[in-house]
Amino acid sequence: MASMNIIGTSVKRTEDYRFLTGGGQYTDDVAPHHATYAVFVRSPHAHAKIKGIKTDKAAKARGVHAVYTGDDIAKAGINGLPCGWLITDVNGQPMKEPPYPVLAQGKVRHVGERVAVVIADTLHEARDAAELVEVDYEVLPAVVNGAEARKKGAPVLHEIAPDNTCYVWAIGDKAKVDDVFKSAAHTTKLEFVNNRLIPNAIEPRAAIGNYSRAEDAYTLHVASQNPHVERLLMTAFVMGLPEHKVHVIAPDVGGGFGSKIYLYGEDVVVTWASKQINRPVKWTADRVESFSSDAHGRDHVTTAELALDKDGKFLAMRVHTTANVGAYLSTFASCVPTILYATLLAGQYTTPVIYCEVTAVFTNTTPVDAYRGAGRPEATYVVERLVETAAREMKIDPAEIRRRNFIKEFPYQTPVALLYDTGNYNATLDAATKLGDVAGYAKRKEQSKARGKLRGIGYSCYIEACGIAPSSVAGSLGARAGLYEAGEVRVHPTGKVTVFTGSHSHGQGHETTFAQVVASRLGIPMDDVHIVHGDTSKILFGMGTYGSRSIAVGGTAIVKAVDKVIAKGKKIAAHLMEAAENDVEFSDGIFRVTGTDKQVPFGQVALTAYVPHNYPHDKLEPGLNENAFYDPSNFTFPAGSYVCEVEVDPDTGKTSIESFVAVDDFGKIINPMIVEGQVQGGLTQGIGQALMEGCRYDSASGQLLTGTLTDYCLPRAEDVPHFKIDTRETPCTHNPLGVKGCGEAGAIGAPAALMNAITDAIGVRDLAMPATAETVWRAIAMKKAA
Amino acid sequence: MPVKVSMTVNGKPVSAEVEERTLLVNFIREHLRLTGTHVGCDTAQCGACTIEMNGDAVKACNMLAMQAEGAKITTIEGIAAADGTLHPMQEAFREHHALQCGFCTPGMVISAIDLVRRHPNPSEEVVRAELDGNFCRCTGYHNIVKAILDAAPKVAAMR
Repeated sequence: MASMNIIGTSVKRTEDYRFLTGGGQYTDDVAPHHATYAVFVRSPHAHAKIKGIKTDKAAKARGVHAVYTGDDIAKAGINGLPCGWLITDVNGQPMKEPPYPVLAQGKVRHVGERVAVVIADTLHEARDAAELVEVDYEVLPAVVNGAEARKKGAPVLHEIAPDNTCYVWAIGDKAKVDDVFKSAAHTTKLEFVNNRLIPNAIEPRAAIGNYSRAEDAYTLHVASQNPHVERLLMTAFVMGLPEHKVHVIAPDVGGGFGSKIYLYGEDVVVTWASKQINRPVKWTADRVESFSSDAHGRDHVTTAELALDKDGKFLAMRVHTTANVGAYLSTFASCVPTILYATLLAGQYTTPVIYCEVTAVFTNTTPVDAYRGAGRPEATYVVERLVETAAREMKIDPAEIRRRNFIKEFPYQTPVALLYDTGNYNATLDAATKLGDVAGYAKRKEQSKARGKLRGIGYSCYIEACGIAPSSVAGSLGARAGLYEAGEVRVHPTGKVTVFTGSHSHGQGHETTFAQVVASRLGIPMDDVHIVHGDTSKILFGMGTYGSRSIAVGGTAIVKAVDKVIAKGKKIAAHLMEAAENDVEFSDGIFRVTGTDKQVPFGQVALTAYVPHNYPHDKLEPGLNENAFYDPSNFTFPAGSYVCEVEVDPDTGKTSIESFVAVDDFGKIINPMIVEGQVQGGLTQGIGQALMEGCRYDSASGQLLTGTLTDYCLPRAEDVPHFKIDTRETPCTHNPLGVKGCGEAGAIGAPAALMNAITDAIGVRDLAMPATAETVWRAIAMKKAA
Repeated sequence: MPVKVSMTVNGKPVSAEVEERTLLVNFIREHLRLTGTHVGCDTAQCGACTIEMNGDAVKACNMLAMQAEGAKITTIEGIAAADGTLHPMQEAFREHHALQCGFCTPGMVISAIDLVRRHPNPSEEVVRAELDGNFCRCTGYHNIVKAILDAAPKVAAMR
């Protein structure tokens, strides 16, 4: 019999048919009978006292069922939104955790903050009535910049943080690092901003609360990346509802990129309100609401220094970062600029000592949380901009300086807490320089010059830590949740299989990839496997999808469950074949007695488990259904090398990406087609950050200046090149599939490669992201003037 | 004041009483329950709501249902053959992994078919330029461009 192993095969996606024919079911497509519509009244001010709210006109408007404000939420005993990660500051004190109200309580702290909600029979009626809610604001001075917020006399957002500081956190041996810097042959210092980004999943957030009096239970449809965590936070921490009476469904979700990980106030309000008015309550964000209320990403101001010996060997790194966390602490905001950032500062290199200090600051801006890459793009940017700049200053080839400092022996303990299990950084850099024809670069530069264009080349050798775990370590670092994943494999009497996973798919293709894994392991056709995700009533538990963890953690949980199915199957097969269990082996869907021609297929074993007439009842229960939880023993460490070539028009400042090469090491790859797709999407978001995307607030008023798609520039098809992508496989050593994860790599590695290329092209030391044509043109003009 | 609107959608005559301000996209989604046409931005930038109207690709969030009176409309639900066989453009999207979360996909497919109608033999440059009315946040467009280039001759041959 032919092998059913389809791991490593570009199987076309199971989910595509429904998406291509309009059959996807996203939250806004769900239409409960008698649904009402919610519209949120949001703050037009960045910082203001709420002196009063008049809701009577709105409440009397046509079709309106209810108008609720923060007072109603407080009276109902609903708590604020919790933060899932406690950071302890340098003085041993817990971070400042100001209340994050579901609807504003007495004060608003960012433009777009939820102040009231109007619920009516139709969306039009709810919108009309929302216009009638009168909020009396006393406008207060606002601060939007993290560094400004720490200055004396800056407007104070929260009483418990009079200096607007959430925490000052540090990692590494400061004294040792300072010592090395004093005597180093060369030091390189850069100061830069990692620009704030607005995620912009194309499906806006949406939520439908539906309370059933008959069952005294709630159903919440929500565009979420992690329905179980959403339910846990909502029931246990915010609303005090019985967890088992709340059913959360995250159906098809139209992209997340981090922004749909978090528990948002809107989700709480529609759930609570559905009981108050005894009708389903539906809310879907419009794009302007998405801009001001979806958690933002990045926003670091950093000073970074690298100390080197005379041969370009890295001796120490020192980094100070101010992280703007926005007006409130979103669900995982606190761990992003610390645990997911500073621990990555070793990069792919043997830098022996590193010190990083992070100050997290509250400002009158939308809360900032994890956005594709989450801390790791910021870390990569620090490391790879420093390394490239140092190479230029010391006149060492930028690829060569990297090679001199690559970690080559594994496992490798970094000075910033992580233990890299495996990697082969020369392999990806060699492949990338070859694929990018770096050897021919000088000639191409000449050709560009002849056309009056400036050509530049930039590298980025990133590392990321994915599959965040183990729970015990995360817990000791402040995590308030476990970081395992759950999976269940239900074998039906006919031998068909339904798999339930706590990972959520919102574009990643789990319905295909996970089915490939299960079909290969069980030796059955992929069509016989169905993957179910995103529903708390079907799936035993789940931590959800973020941090490129689905295959490494969620996939491994499924593998563990499959292995339990096989183990039980062997017992059943042994009974059927009258053999000793230890003599039974399983491969390609067949149980065989070693060294004989006795065999039974998987399907027969499944049927026997459910029709147990001839069955070892004294030793085994009937049925063939297993579940597993998997808590990894370490992170996984995907890494790769990107080489970017740009051509800049000195007259306009416009950058054209002439070549973008990405060679990634994701360990074992299940579906190369899907992995390439993840890289292409990630690269485009990274290119967006480097060239186009940048959230701006007016520094005086705190108004969001980039609050629509006309002001905030998302990459279009014309803005990105045809990518050259390849992979190398160094299998992860501590999970059975050898997988590492691939979802964020592109967004992590791309910005530094691009900015290294542009600064090389125009011959400047540094340049702010996004490097728009104007920014580049000004830098060229300034250079000429100087 | 409710107004009566009538049009042909996916080959079927439909009519309904709607509020005057009802957008075409809401008529399609809420009244006809054809939810494959999506709303990503409600400001005519993202293109997730793109439908075919009287032979042109248009953004259904940017016009009133009333303005489509008497029109012949095809939504994503009407693109595949009656027996469910995918249109060559849909098939090319599947073949080339030109979709991930699927949210922009219906609008993208309809724009792509319209693109090939206007440019039966497009270059990569033309495809990228012509997609400027459709955002995709997942794919980086790479595979969408590949799919359209691959499907173009097959779609052009259908006319």
